[in-house]
Amino acid sequence: MFISYLLSGISLGAIYALIALGYTMVYGIAKMLNFAHGDVIMVGGYIAFTISVTLGADGWIALLGSIIFCTLLGITIERVAYKPLRGASKLSVLITAIGVSYLLQNVALLIFGSASRNFQALIVVPSVEIGSVTIPGNTILTIGVSVVIMIVLTLFINKSSAGSAMLAVSEDKGAAQLMGVNVNKTISLTFAIGSGLAAVAGILMCTQYPNIGPYTGQMPGIKAFIAAVFGGIGSIPGAMLGGIAIGVIENLSKAYISTQLSDAITFAILIIMLLVKPTGILGKKLNEKV
Amino acid sequence: MSERKNSERAKGFSLLKIVPSKSRGKLVTVLIPVVFFAVCALLVNLGVLRSHFAGLLVPLCYYIIMAVSLNFTVGILGELSLGHAGFMCIGAYVGGLFTLLTQDSITSAWIRFPIAILLGGLIAALAGFLIGVPILRLRGDYLAIVTLAFGEIVRNLVQNIYLSRDKAGLHFSFTNAIEPERLDPATNVDIMKGPMALNGISPDATLLISVILVVITIIVILNMVDSRAGRAIMSIRDNRIAAESTGINITKYKLIVFSLSAFFAGIAGVLFAHYSTVSPPKFDYNMSILILVFVVLGGVGNIRGSIIATAILYILPEVLRGFQSYRMLIYAIVLIVMMLLNNNERFNAWKKNTTERLTAWRKGLFRKKSGKEAE
Amino acid sequence: MKNVKKIVAMAMAAALCVVSLTACGGSSDASATFVIGGSGPLTGPAAVYGIAVKNGAQIAVDEINAAGGVNGMTLELNFQDDEHDAEKAVNAYNTVKDAGAKVFLGTVTSTPCEAVVEKTKVDNMFQLTPSGSSVKAVQYENAFRICFSDPGQGTAAAQYIGQDLGLKKVAIIWDNSDVYSNGIYEKFKAEAANAGLEIVSEQSFQGADNKDFNTQLIAVNEAAPDIVFLPIYYQAAALILQQANQAGFDLKFFGCDGLDGIIGQLEGDAALAEGVMLLTPFVADDPDEKVQSFVKTYQEKFNEVPNQFAADAYDGVYVIKAALEDAGVKDASVAVSELCDLLKASMVKITVEGVTGTMTWTADGECAKTPMGMVIKDGNYTAIAD
Repeated sequence: MFISYLLSGISLGAIYALIALGYTMVYGIAKMLNFAHGDVIMVGGYIAFTISVTLGADGWIALLGSIIFCTLLGITIERVAYKPLRGASKLSVLITAIGVSYLLQNVALLIFGSASRNFQALIVVPSVEIGSVTIPGNTILTIGVSVVIMIVLTLFINKSSAGSAMLAVSEDKGAAQLMGVNVNKTISLTFAIGSGLAAVAGILMCTQYPNIGPYTGQMPGIKAFIAAVFGGIGSIPGAMLGGIAIGVIENLSKAYISTQLSDAITFAILIIMLLVKPTGILGKKLNEKV
Repeated sequence: MSERKNSERAKGFSLLKIVPSKSRGKLVTVLIPVVFFAVCALLVNLGVLRSHFAGLLVPLCYYIIMAVSLNFTVGILGELSLGHAGFMCIGAYVGGLFTLLTQDSITSAWIRFPIAILLGGLIAALAGFLIGVPILRLRGDYLAIVTLAFGEIVRNLVQNIYLSRDKAGLHFSFTNAIEPERLDPATNVDIMKGPMALNGISPDATLLISVILVVITIIVILNMVDSRAGRAIMSIRDNRIAAESTGINITKYKLIVFSLSAFFAGIAGVLFAHYSTVSPPKFDYNMSILILVFVVLGGVGNIRGSIIATAILYILPEVLRGFQSYRMLIYAIVLIVMMLLNNNERFNAWKKNTTERLTAWRKGLFRKKSGKEAE
Repeated sequence: MKNVKKIVAMAMAAALCVVSLTACGGSSDASATFVIGGSGPLTGPAAVYGIAVKNGAQIAVDEINAAGGVNGMTLELNFQDDEHDAEKAVNAYNTVKDAGAKVFLGTVTSTPCEAVVEKTKVDNMFQLTPSGSSVKAVQYENAFRICFSDPGQGTAAAQYIGQDLGLKKVAIIWDNSDVYSNGIYEKFKAEAANAGLEIVSEQSFQGADNKDFNTQLIAVNEAAPDIVFLPIYYQAAALILQQANQAGFDLKFFGCDGLDGIIGQLEGDAALAEGVMLLTPFVADDPDEKVQSFVKTYQEKFNEVPNQFAADAYDGVYVIKAALEDAGVKDASVAVSELCDLLKASMVKITVEGVTGTMTWTADGECAKTPMGMVIKDGNYTAIAD
C-alpha cells in the first residue's frame, strides 16, 4: 500500500514539477511571480482537447499544436501585460498577473462553458506489473516525460548561448545588458519555454486526471508555486525536487493524516518553509540592492 | 500613485470652510457614504426603490469596509494581501457563533450585536497579528502568496469544525462528524456542521448599524493614515531601507497595519453573518480577489476611491442583470488596464493635466457663484 | 481627479434611481399573467444545474401556455442568476419579487436555498425548490421540494444495497465539503447497520478542485468491499471510475441521483460506466410516454439530453399548476401571502404524475416518490431487473 501511495504521489509531483519549472524560470529571470502560469496549463489542455476531440486530429498533432499555441500565448502575455511594467512596483506586476490569470479563466469559461469535459488520453502507455504492485501507464508516462524535459532543460541552460544569456540576466540584468545580452529577447524566450512546458504539463495532467474545465489550472498552479518555493525559487533542479516532494507529501498526508486537511497541510508547509529557510532547499540567497 | 496624498488633502466644498482645511477632504470622504445611504434609505421608505435595491445596501456596507481595510494594507503599507477573505471568514464565524450561542440568553440585539461585532473584530485582529508576526520577514510576492495560503487554510479548517449543543453542554469535533452516541438526541442542536451553512443567526445587521460601522472604519483608517504612524507606514512603502535607516520600527508598523486591517475585515464578516448565510466556500480566494478589484479600480491608496469603486462594482452588475457572464471578464480587464495605465507616463501626464484644468474650472465656477450671492 | 469621481458618484446614484424606477413598471396585465419567479446558477462552476432547471421550467411553461394556461391565466417565468451563492440568491429573489412574482421556483442548489427560504418565510411566499435537497432548504411551512431530501436518499440507498441487492461490505467515497454529499453520507452511515451493511472503508475528499482520487481508491481497494457507495456528483464520480480503471482496480459502484449524467461526462470512455448502479427518480431513457415527449422537446430546443435537474424543474411547474387548479386560483393579482396559504393547503392534497414519478407531499415539504434502481448497461440507464 505504501508503495502505491508513494507512486501516485511521485506521479502527481512530476506534474507539479513541470509546472514549477515554468514558475521558477520566470521568477529567476524576470523576478516576477507569473500568477497566470497555472491558467496557461488549462489553455494547453483545452487546445489539445479541441484539436483531438473536436477536430478529430491525431494525438501528436494535438500535443504539438498545444505547445505551439501556449508558447505564443506566453510571449503575447509577456509583451502586452508584463513588459510595460518592467520598471513598475512589484505590487503592480503582481496585480496585473492576477488579472491575466482571471482573464484566461473567464475567456475559457465563455468559449467552453462551465461544465468540465472528459479528456481522452492522447498517448496511451500500458501499465506495468511488478510483483503485487501495478504501476499505471500514465504514471510511467508522466515521470518519464518530466525526467527527459528536466535533462534537456538543464543541458540547454548550461551549454547553449541562449541559456547562458538567461543565466546572465537572472544574475544581473543591468550587467548582462552591458555585456551585449538582449534582455528583452531573453525574457521573451523564458516565457516561451515556460509556457511550452505548461502545455506539456497541462496535457499530462489531463491524461492523468482526465477532466478539464476553466478552473483546472488554478489549484495545481498554486501548488506548483509552493513546490517552486519549496525547492528554491530560481533553481531548476530545485523545482523538480520541490514538485516531487509536494506531490508525495500531499498524497501521504491524505493517506495517513486526513484527506480533508491535505490542502491545509500543503499550505502550512509553504508558510513553515518560508519562515525557516526562505530560499528553499536548493535556492541561493539574493542580495538586496539599495 | 504620487498624487495619492494630494487627492486626500484636496480642498473641499466652499460650504465646508468652517472645518479646518486639513480635515475637509476627510469630512467629504465620510460624508459621501453617509449621504448616499441616507438618500437610498429615504427612497426605499418612499417606495421609489424596490426591495431588490434595498437588499443591496447592507452588503454594500460590508464590502466597503472590506475594501477600505484592504486598501490600508495594499495602498498605505504597499504589501499585497490575497487572504483578506480569511479574516472576514474568522469574523463571520466568531460573530455568528457568538450570536447563535447567546441569542436565547441575551435577548436584546442592542447588547448582543455590539459584543458580537467587537468579538469578531478582535479575534480577526488577533489572527492578523498571529499571522503577521512570522510572515513579516517576507515581502512582495512571498508575502502575497503566504496570505493566500493563510486564507485557504482558514477556510479549510473552518470547513472541518463540528459543534453541537445538547443539555450536557457543547460538543466539539474536528474533521469528523460528532458520533451520535455522544449526543442527546432530544435536546441536541447542531450549531456547526462542517461545510453546512450556519443558519438561524438573528438578522441584526440593520442598515443604520452598518452605516455607522462604515463611518467608524473610514474615520479610523483616515486618521491613522494622517497620523505619525501613518507617515511612518507610508515611508516603509515608499522606501523600506531608507525608512529602516531612519529608525522606523518596520515590524511594529507592519503589525499595526495587519491587525487593524484584519480587525475591520472581521467586523465586515460579522455584518455578513448577521445578514446573509455563512458557509465556508463564500470566503475563498475569489472573494479576496473581488475586494482587490474594488481597491485597484478605486485607486491603490485612495480610500475615497475604494468607497466609490465598491459602490459602482457591486451595484452596477446587480442592477444590470444579464451581464453576469461577462462580469468577471470585465473585472480581469479592469485589473490589467488599471495597472498598465497607472504605470504609463503619457497617461499620468494627461491625468495630471486634466485634473489641473478641472480644478481651475471648478474654482472659476465657485467664484462666479459666490459673486452672485454677494449681490 | 477628485472632482471627476464626485461627478461619477452623482451620476451613478442618479442612474441607479432611474434604473430602479424603470424596473417598477412591471408586467402588462396583472390579473391575467401569473409570474413564477426562480433563481439558480446560470454562470460559474455550478451553472450546469441552473441552466438545466431554467430550460426544464421554460419548456413546461410554454407547454402549459400553449394548452390554454392555468384557470385562464398565462404563466410567465422570471428566472434569475444566483451564481450558487447565498448572497446573490437573496438578491435574485428580491429581483423577481419586484417583478411581481407570486411563487418562487428555486433555488437550484442547497446553500442558497437555505438563505432564500429565510426570506420567503418572512414574506410568506410559496417556495418550491426543484433540487434543493438539504434538510434546511424546506424547513419552513411555505417551502416544498420536488427532489428527494439528502437523508431520504441515504436511507433509501442503504436499504437498497443491503436488502434489494443483498450485499454486505460497503466502502464510501464522499465529498466532505459538499452539503449534498454530507447529508446522504450521514444518513447512509446511520442506516447501514439496520440494513445489515458493514462499512469497511470511508474515504472523503474536499471539493470540486480535487482531481486526484488515487489515495482514496488505494485504501478502498485494500478493504475489498462488495460495492463502493458514491454519494457525489457525476463529475467527481467520472474521475473516480477512470482512475480506478487506470490503477487496475476491479470495483463495483453505486450512487444516488447525483450520478445521473455520468455517461455524458465520460464521453468517449463511456464503457467505464458499465455496471454502475444508481438510485434516481428520472432517467432520460425511460420508455414512459411523458418522459419521452419531454426529452424530445428538450433535445429539440436545447440540443442536449435533459438531466434530472431539468426534469425536476419541469415537474415543478406542473406541480404549481396542479396546486393552483386545486386551490381554484383564477386571478393572478392575488396577494402573495394569501396565495401561499391556499397553495400550502393544496400541496398536501394533490397527486402529480410527473416525469420524475408519482408525487405526493407532506406538510413538512417533503415529496414522496419511489426512487428507481438503475444500472448502466450497454451505455444506457436500465432498470435493475429483480
